[in-house]
Amino acid sequence: MGVDLRICHLYPDLLNLYGDRGNIAVLVRRARWRGIAVEVTEVPAGTPLRAGAHDLYFIGGGEDRQQALAARDLQAGKGEVLREAVEAGAVLLAVCGGYQLMGHFYRPSEGADLPGVGLLDLTTRHPGKGHPRLIGNTVVRWEPPGAGTPSTLVGFENHGGRTRLGPGVRPLGRVVIGGGNNGEDGTEGAVYRNAFGTYLHGPLLSKNPWFADHLIALALRRRHGEVPLVPLDDDLEAAAHHTALRRTR
Amino acid sequence: MVDLRLGAGIAAGRLSGALIRALGLGGATTVPGRLARALVPDLLARLGRGLARGSVLVSGTNGKTTTARLLAWIGRRAGWACVHNRAGANLPAGIAAALLGQSALDGRVRGELGVFEVDEAALPLVSRALRPRVVVLGNLFRDQLDRYGEIDLVADRWRAALRDLPAEAAVIYNADDPLVADVARLRPGGRTFGIADPSLRRGERLEHAADGRYCYRCGIPYTYGAAYLGHLGEYHCARCGTARPPLDVGAAEVRLDGIAGSRFVLVAEGERAALTTVLPGLYNVYNVLAAAAAALALGIPLEAVAGAVREFVPAFGRGERMTIAGHPAYMLLAKNPAGFNEVLRSVLAEGRPIVAVIAINDLVADGRDVSWLWDVDFEMLADRCRLAVVTGVRAQDMAVRLKYAGLPQGTIAVEPDEARALRRGVGALQAGEPLYVLPTYTAMLRLRHILARDGVVHTSWED
Repeated sequence: MGVDLRICHLYPDLLNLYGDRGNIAVLVRRARWRGIAVEVTEVPAGTPLRAGAHDLYFIGGGEDRQQALAARDLQAGKGEVLREAVEAGAVLLAVCGGYQLMGHFYRPSEGADLPGVGLLDLTTRHPGKGHPRLIGNTVVRWEPPGAGTPSTLVGFENHGGRTRLGPGVRPLGRVVIGGGNNGEDGTEGAVYRNAFGTYLHGPLLSKNPWFADHLIALALRRRHGEVPLVPLDDDLEAAAHHTALRRTR
Repeated sequence: MVDLRLGAGIAAGRLSGALIRALGLGGATTVPGRLARALVPDLLARLGRGLARGSVLVSGTNGKTTTARLLAWIGRRAGWACVHNRAGANLPAGIAAALLGQSALDGRVRGELGVFEVDEAALPLVSRALRPRVVVLGNLFRDQLDRYGEIDLVADRWRAALRDLPAEAAVIYNADDPLVADVARLRPGGRTFGIADPSLRRGERLEHAADGRYCYRCGIPYTYGAAYLGHLGEYHCARCGTARPPLDVGAAEVRLDGIAGSRFVLVAEGERAALTTVLPGLYNVYNVLAAAAAALALGIPLEAVAGAVREFVPAFGRGERMTIAGHPAYMLLAKNPAGFNEVLRSVLAEGRPIVAVIAINDLVADGRDVSWLWDVDFEMLADRCRLAVVTGVRAQDMAVRLKYAGLPQGTIAVEPDEARALRRGVGALQAGEPLYVLPTYTAMLRLRHILARDGVVHTSWED
């Protein structure tokens, strides 16, 4: 086919708390099953990020200590490369801690702010140790990119920080069950151009394969134009999605 | 003077336990404790005081049940009456229930030594109440983050527990776990255990399920001379020099014999003893080390420890052997990534393609979040599994995980009903071939209930 997909996994060593790498596995397999050649580059802290070298970036979540290390490393150059890539149309999926770092800042319950990359217009504050974390199965209603695609995303959230969206982003979806961005305004995640942030952590794409395909299609578009994605047998994935819907009720 | 309130609390607890058992409602492993503690808030402290040889508390993400059970066994073999929460109810109510089961109405406890496994988060509370003689800190892996939030928060609770410990209490900890060693640093004089066999190294690159890989002082990644299991190994920080502490009790010349168990030489204070155990996998070498180090701290001689370990029979669901429809079967609890990887390695060490029943639940005791399945290296099963029957509440999630791990389509069977899943697994076996049953915690209880109903095993609280 001559079509290839270049994926960048950012901080696989630092931000990889809840099976986040599952998302990479899902993207890789779903592309390969369709004959698309996939290359995954792991870029840990301290390794430079080459401008323009990737079609799709993934960044996962981590605990406070690891998140602080990643924030420092992003400030040292990677953040700028990411911002430019997203402006140029590259796809970004940022989950949990990685999502928070794509905003303007993360304010912990004590100590100094962690500066963010600022490519998503949002801020995150930790309300303090007395406030509960937002933990549990989550269902989000989103506007699917194509007809025939389910309008729910399911996953699990587990975060202390509360995220507020600015006017420069729109939410990924509306919370049906769960806390979402802040437990108050009903929004979940954020979208700007082809950059997606969400609190649905871990192997989010495994139970929402239509979201995975949406990301793959967007990532291919820039260099290869519109590439039709052959439908796959998603019976197991759909069953897992429905189990999650049922468990969340 | 007779304390009527204490007597009433004990009576209420014991009566509720008798009722629950008589009505066949379960093992009464927590309700009596909850009831009695409601009537007598300082029940744990008061009953604990009656233990002439004091208490040992065993905590950690992996291996609590096996370590505590092993230690209680070693204690009994040394001739001591042990009180032990053997059914694995490890919150304060469960520990209270275990003590109630051995208490007279006047608060006297029939037992010399308390051996209690304690939930990681409950350690400060239980420790304050029981004022233990020995505390064993096993390991901290990512497990049930939906319940605890973050591993560092659990470590903070352990630091709080150590700060409140009586000065004469002994702290025994896993030196190979950098996070645990960092916690124990608070308390000089602690005694360490770990692996002293660099031939077991799995390379300098840690496996995916590794946690706690960053120096707690400098924030830079530890350098590993040898990584044994997850983030456990011989580590040091290139910047500040923090390193694995020297071992007081070590396992040398370790030989892993797959599902059959292992052999090693226990080295403690210059003495050596050859050990064999039917407990499979490197994670169980750590459990034996933890129990042996605690037993030595209690004054039991090395040879007596080694003899007891050799004769130990595993706790239900933890390497338990049974026979199902004429086939050998192994039940191996698999509840978090590092443990699951070890179980898979032990099972695959047999060298031939396996038939497995994998049972995944997401109840509170399992962790509500099943994301961790993606941190397990199921890829190692890809061409080594003849049939994987997936079952439990989250059977579908497990099936998807195996699909993306590269298992061929015909080798994954989804069967949410556990009894049918077992039958399907057994049906796929060739003559003499073993069945491997790999469940999460509540799935294990459920499977065991089914097997007990069919007369294959005894129910957990009777063993």
